[in-house]
Formats: sequence, C-alpha cells, structure tokens
Amino acid sequence: MQTNTTLQEQRKAPLKRNDPPAVQAILILLTLLFFAIFIFMPLGLVFAEGLRKGVAVYLEAIREPFALSAVKLTLITAAIVVPLNAVFGVTAAWAISKFSFKGKTLLVSLLDLPFAVSPVIAGLIFVLLLGTRTGFGSWLGDHGIKIIFSTPGIVIATLFVTFPFVARELIPLMEAQGREEEEAAITLGARGWQVFSRITLPNIRWGLMYGMILCMARSIGEFGAVSVVSGHIRGMTNTIPLHVEILYSEYNYTASFAVSTILVFLALVTIAIKSLMEKNVHNHQPTQH
Amino acid sequence: MSIDIKNLTKRYPGYTALDDITLNVQKGELVALLGPSGCGKTTLLRIIAGLETADSGSVILEERDTTNLPAREKNVGFVFQHYALFRRLNVFENVAFGLRVRPSSSRPSKSEIRDRVEHLLKLVQMDWAIKRYPSQLSGGQRQRVALARALAVNPKVLLLDEPFSALDAKVRQELRRWLRKLHDDIHVTSIFVTHDQEEALELADRIVVINKGKIEQQGAPQEVYDHPANAFVYNFLGNVNVFHGRVKDGKVLVGDQLIEAGHASGLPEASDGQAFIRPHEIGVSRIRSGENDLAGIIREIRLMGGQIGLELETAAFDKPIEAEIPRDIWRNLQLSKGDEVFITLDRVKVFTGDYEI
Repeated sequence: MQTNTTLQEQRKAPLKRNDPPAVQAILILLTLLFFAIFIFMPLGLVFAEGLRKGVAVYLEAIREPFALSAVKLTLITAAIVVPLNAVFGVTAAWAISKFSFKGKTLLVSLLDLPFAVSPVIAGLIFVLLLGTRTGFGSWLGDHGIKIIFSTPGIVIATLFVTFPFVARELIPLMEAQGREEEEAAITLGARGWQVFSRITLPNIRWGLMYGMILCMARSIGEFGAVSVVSGHIRGMTNTIPLHVEILYSEYNYTASFAVSTILVFLALVTIAIKSLMEKNVHNHQPTQH
Repeated sequence: MSIDIKNLTKRYPGYTALDDITLNVQKGELVALLGPSGCGKTTLLRIIAGLETADSGSVILEERDTTNLPAREKNVGFVFQHYALFRRLNVFENVAFGLRVRPSSSRPSKSEIRDRVEHLLKLVQMDWAIKRYPSQLSGGQRQRVALARALAVNPKVLLLDEPFSALDAKVRQELRRWLRKLHDDIHVTSIFVTHDQEEALELADRIVVINKGKIEQQGAPQEVYDHPANAFVYNFLGNVNVFHGRVKDGKVLVGDQLIEAGHASGLPEASDGQAFIRPHEIGVSRIRSGENDLAGIIREIRLMGGQIGLELETAAFDKPIEAEIPRDIWRNLQLSKGDEVFITLDRVKVFTGDYEI
C-alpha cells in the first residue's frame, strides 16, 4: 500500500524539471512551431479554403446529395465496423492474454498485418478474393450478392484495416490484470457470462473504448483500401475521403475543402472524446498492486 | 467438511508438480501445506478448488467426489496471494458478489445479502470500509476483505494460497494470529499454503511438508519440529548447521572429529551421515563442560534483537558454526570477537542418505 500511494502521488505531482530555462524555452518553442506548421496551419487552411467563396457555397457543397450520401455511407461503415471490431478485439485479446496455446506468438504477430500491409494492397486482396474473377466471387454474383464496388466491400476493407486497434489496446491491459479476478469470481460461483459482464468487461472498459475510438477515427478516414474496392460510384459507394478526392481531381477545390471540414470535424470530435476519456482513466483508474 | 485427496498426480512438461499425493484433512482442521516454492503446494490447492485439473487421482469433499466438478460448483472459498479483489467493485459489492451471482431461485433477498455482508465485514473488522474501493485499502485490509468475500458463500472448505506473503512482517504476524482466532471461532475446514515455516508452525493444527510434489512428513507442528522425518524436513523447518560425515560406532565422524549422536546408534555403519544442529541448540561457554566439547574462536557477533548470533571457527570443521544464544547469557559471558569458547554439540540429529532442497 505504501508503494501504491507513493506511486499515485508521483503520478499526480508534476515531474520535477532540472533543465535550465533556456532549454525549456527552446523545446517548447520548437514543439509549438512544429504544431503551427504541421497542424494548425493546414487545419486553418482547410476551413479557409472551404469558406473562400462564402458560407452559401460552403453549405451548398456539404448539403449536396452526393456529399450527404458520402457522409451517410461513411457513418454506416463506421457503425458496422466499430462494434464488429470491438467484439473481435475483445475475443482476440482474451484468447491471447488469458490462455496459452500453440501458435499464439504467430497470432500476435499477424495481428499487426493490417498495419504493415499498405491499405491499397489490402483493398486489392479483397477485389481479387471477392471479385468476379474467382469462383467464390462469381458464385456470390450468381446469387445476387454484390460485395466489391458496393457497401459490403467497403465495410470488409475497413474491417481489415482497423481490426488491430481494439485488440492491440486490450492485450497489454488484460495481460497486466492477469486472471486472478476471474478465477476469484469462478470460485464464488459465477458463470462464464457473469464473469465477463461483471468482472472482465468493467476492468477493460476504458481500454476498450479507447480502442474503439481509434478504430472509429481510422474507419472514417480510411482512403486506400476503400478506394480500391469502392468503384467510386457517386451517391452509391463514395465515402467522405473518396468524395473529397473526386471533387479535388475535378478542380472543384472549394467543395473539396468544404467536405473536408466534415472529416476534420469528425476527427476533432474523436479527439475530444479521447481526451475526456483519458482524464477519466487518470482519475478513476484504481491500481491493485 | 472433510477433504480426502487420493493419489493425486499432476505433470507439466518438464516436471512433476504432484506425485501421487494422498492426504486427509479432518473436519474443522486448519492444515498448512509447507514447502519451498515450486514444490507443488499451490498446484494442490488449485486442484482442490477446481482451478486446475489433475492428471489422475481424486478429491473427495465429505464423501462426494468433486474431482471433475467445475470450479464454480465446488463451493470452496479461495483466498489469493495478491488478494484478487474486484477492483471496480467496492468492499460491499466484493463481499456480496458470490451471493449476487446465484441463480434467482437460490439467491438471498437484498436485505439478506446486506445483513450477511455486514455481518462478515464485522467479523473481519472491516465494516468501517464498506464503501471503499480495494485501491483505497492497505494489503492487510484487502486480504481481510478477500477472506470475508470467500466466506460469504458459506464454503465447505477454505483454501488460502500464501495469504500473507505479500504483506510486511508486522502485518503478517498480526493477521496470522487474527486468522487463527477467526478459525477457532468459525471452524471451517481450511488449508493454507505457505513457504514460511514460522507461519506454519504458529498457525496450523497440522503441517504437511511437501517437496518436489511429494509429502515428506505430516503431523502436529511441535511433532514435526521436534521429530523431523528426514533431513529435508529438518532443514526446511529452520536454520541449521550441517556436517557431512560417516557413521562410526553410533557417532558421526566429520573430518577428524567424532560427533556424539545418541539416536544414531541404529544407523548402518560407515554409511554417509549428515549431522544437523540448530543454532539455538548449540551450547557456548567459557569453560569446558564435557569431553565432547569443541574449542572454537568467535569470528563474528551478530545482534539479532533478543538473540545473539555467533559465528564460531573450529579446528575440526572447515565451515564456521552458526550459534544463537540468548542476549543475557551473552552478556554474562562477556563474549567478544576473537574470544575462545567451548562449544557443546550434543543435540545433533543424524540422517543418512542424500537429500536436496
């Protein structure tokens, strides 16, 4: 307990800085400069460009049916992908952190595959796998199931690209927590789902939500993989990033930037939720040892 | 509730955790499984609880074979070394957990749960902390809550896995006495695992000494301490001086020195013998008190509170002898470093054969 309180106190107290003030000033300035050039300026530019021809044009660009349909498709995709990957992430993290089995190390390495593979390649894999060129793809086509150049394809590609986020977030957390609490619950007579819903899930909920936020951010912004499987059918298979790209390549800069502001807005919301949650985790994370 | 363990065996790749263990625990008994780490004692406890499965053998709780019962149906209370309290639940909810997860047909009413939890928290003297979270409690307090939580489901047996080893010395001792008292009050059949011989000697009705997956000896603490069955038990139960030698005429010949060992007379002649003596069983005096006394020189004096530790060098043995004498004897003898003293070794115990820890 003593070590525990001192640890907590240390965490709350700011780090003691012994560096000379000049070093501090330079470091802070450099950081601010970097932020200004690479974050604030581009963000400002997006809004400035979007609003260059006035609010009316801006609103027109984001209210136009193709834009709205892109927003809708993006949100639908995220709404499907995030819960699915949450379930997958919890399952994978549970299996990896609480059991030992053959091939576990390989599985953990493969988990990073979507990060390692270029999204474009990921998209191509699914076009090849589910497109009309393969037996499976044409069988699907014969039965009226369209995956590539359609919403299911976009969802699948996004699923692939974002599936490590939740698991990656949870594995270290669950490994650190061990399985003693679950074992205690079992000896007290709890059934499997009771152990999960009353003990495991509450213990990982912040990590899980954090992983889901990252997953959401990525699924909204994903371009490469989605671009390959989408087919860019306006009003049908365009997500926001694809729509932005199309507008841009049509030299419709203002509309392009206007729609971009939606993405920026979604990103800011995501960051806001994330930092709110981090605050929460800091205040309420009880440490057991 | 009695526990009958029959021919329990558990193998892991590379080693045998439990090797044909048979053990009986009487109703209401408090038994200590004592052994070095890795000896299999925790595995045994976890198999009784159903957290692990044995390769063969059976566990019978009050004439019911529970070997293949899932852990949640065994109705045993388990107390973990690192408490394993539910960190997201407060003290009340931790203790209430086992009652709340029961199927609605056997679940007590809300007020019954409240009464039971409050009663148990009073019993473990933690009723003041009912709304606290585990992270707000000290180690000793957490372990008390863990005990109340285990008792809440009216377990047939209580299993404690090194319950005090994560606590500091003072709290450990306090909690140990408190547990003994609690056990005398509620009489639930209990097994606890420990590697601390002092804890086992002080707390248990019976000690089961385990080494390398086998039971070396079992019996009442005093009996095991006074009449260790073999060198391992003797060695594990406290500090010792060991002399390796050969048995000759009922004595042990170590180097050129014959050590008198009363009960060694039945030992086979010329077999390897090890003579053991505990530091506090060694007599130290200024004058020779018997013909078997050894002359020695004090090389080191250690102040250990009530006892004084002496490191004695003798011509007969190449290793120094560790002795412990009470502080007032030390003061009376006015011993200091470099003094010559006479050492009495007549309480040695001799075991033949080799052993390892």
